[in-house]
Amino acid sequence: MKAVMMGTEAATMAVKLARVQVVSAYPITPQTVIVESLADIIGRGELKAKYLPVESEHTAMSSCMGASMAGARTFTATSSQGLAYMHEMLHFTAGERVPVVMVNCNRAMAPPWNLYCDHTDSLSQRDTGWIQYYCVDAQDVLDSILIAYAVAEQALLPVMINLDAFYLTHTSEPLDVPDQETVDLFLPPYRALNKLDVDDPKTFSIVCGADLFSSIKYKRQGDTLAVARLWDQVAERYNRHFNRLHPTVEAYRTEDADLCIIGIGTATGTMRLAVDRLREEGLKIGSLRLAMIRPFPREVLQRAIAKVKHVIVIDRDVSFGAEGIVAQEVKAGFFDRRGELRITGFVAGVGGNDMTVDTIIPMVRQAISGDGTAVEAGMSLWAEVLP
Amino acid sequence: MVGIRFHGRGGQGAVVASKILAHAYFKQGLYVQAFPSFGMERKGAAVSAFVRLDSAPIAERGDIKNPAVVIVLDFTLLRKVDVTRCAKPDALILLNCRENENHNPVKDSFRVAGVDAVKIALQHGLGSKSAPIINTVILGAYARISGDLELANLLEAIATGVPVNQKQNMAAAEVAYHAVFSISGELNADKNRH
Repeated sequence: MKAVMMGTEAATMAVKLARVQVVSAYPITPQTVIVESLADIIGRGELKAKYLPVESEHTAMSSCMGASMAGARTFTATSSQGLAYMHEMLHFTAGERVPVVMVNCNRAMAPPWNLYCDHTDSLSQRDTGWIQYYCVDAQDVLDSILIAYAVAEQALLPVMINLDAFYLTHTSEPLDVPDQETVDLFLPPYRALNKLDVDDPKTFSIVCGADLFSSIKYKRQGDTLAVARLWDQVAERYNRHFNRLHPTVEAYRTEDADLCIIGIGTATGTMRLAVDRLREEGLKIGSLRLAMIRPFPREVLQRAIAKVKHVIVIDRDVSFGAEGIVAQEVKAGFFDRRGELRITGFVAGVGGNDMTVDTIIPMVRQAISGDGTAVEAGMSLWAEVLP
Repeated sequence: MVGIRFHGRGGQGAVVASKILAHAYFKQGLYVQAFPSFGMERKGAAVSAFVRLDSAPIAERGDIKNPAVVIVLDFTLLRKVDVTRCAKPDALILLNCRENENHNPVKDSFRVAGVDAVKIALQHGLGSKSAPIINTVILGAYARISGDLELANLLEAIATGVPVNQKQNMAAAEVAYHAVFSISGELNADKNRH
């Protein structure tokens, strides 16, 4: 069925189609639409789930973890400050190996107080052990949440699906809504291998010494790394059901490219328009969308742009004292090719500054020629800074 | 790509109007996008909302720089906001105003039309005298002068796009369709803008 929906509505639709059993959440702009609409459909009985209107994000994540340990398919959603408040439980959920799926709406961290798009909130949680996926449009939101449950429940790891504030959360656009019957075939009910069960008691969250600790973490590292391939396999299976592919890495016009723009989120759609415009001028340029940031899809990324000589990373985030976080990741991913590959990093499009063709093209020109209005800060060039 | 910009005040329904309009065009087979200029705005503050229309999927997001259509839900905004900012030279400007009002906010090259949406809304019991609900009314007027939006598609989109009083909203939009008047330039638009 074709419909017009906001990204937040697409998320709610996916949760309904996934037959989620427990929702626990606390509202925060711009995520609020999701928790309100979930409360509505659960209240009306359209989704048979337990809804927990908790007092904080920390509790939202804690109760999702508990419900997931009891074998329920669980969901929560948050944004910026709320995600930061969950931080302790993000580590816990990943370590507990429970397949919670969460939507995070990428909004700037305060201060200064700002509601608009910035990826620093989720990227600063990248070491918690959560799988991180960044959506490009409303269709991607709906589909990737369904893929996320299948991946999470197979890998026994939690997945964070990220939506750009307003550019995706509050933008209405057409999408295809899959039918429940086919979704049920793709995503059967969750069957927990080990769960909290009074009739079959087990020990969870053990205290552990040097004998086991390193081995447990090593196992998790291997399982997390394997998700890069697992996601693409599950996405391929999703594609067979619904004829839409959502891979970890999406390259655009990179086959013969010398230059490549890299980013995450909705701006990667606009980057393609910039590539088309610059191709008309004869520039051999392509673009690449990193849909997945954790695990970092290093092998696929390297293969996708093996012949590129100059990479331009545009970050809507920063690691203070270092540089754009995606730029850091890309540099680490191409460490083998240092010397032959130039990487220029920009910080742009934050705090409500739109990322348009007209803002992307000057950054590309500055990366090539060195001339432009973006100003240096360490290894990054910052756009939209007052003189 | 055609860009449409709404100007209204928080609580007037500009955002809902943008969604209804996008949905109506979607029914006509176009790719659409509706987007609010959302922020810390509160009831009564100046807000805007946007609609993009195209025959191909839309990858651009955020503000529409050069709208081809500007729809103003509140006449008093003209004193506060430059509603024609960066509008295309031949843009269509639709105002919610009385027919005898002194509306001269815009350059000659624009095609300017008006509709007394407050009167029509109150005749249909939409909102109160101090806070009339005119968002669907003004869309009815827009359908008449757009040159490419079928009234039937708009009415269907209104029926699913408003939470209450569907019948009154649809009836009011239809009345507005016939009540729109020219302020400057032709009422009828060129077709095939996309």
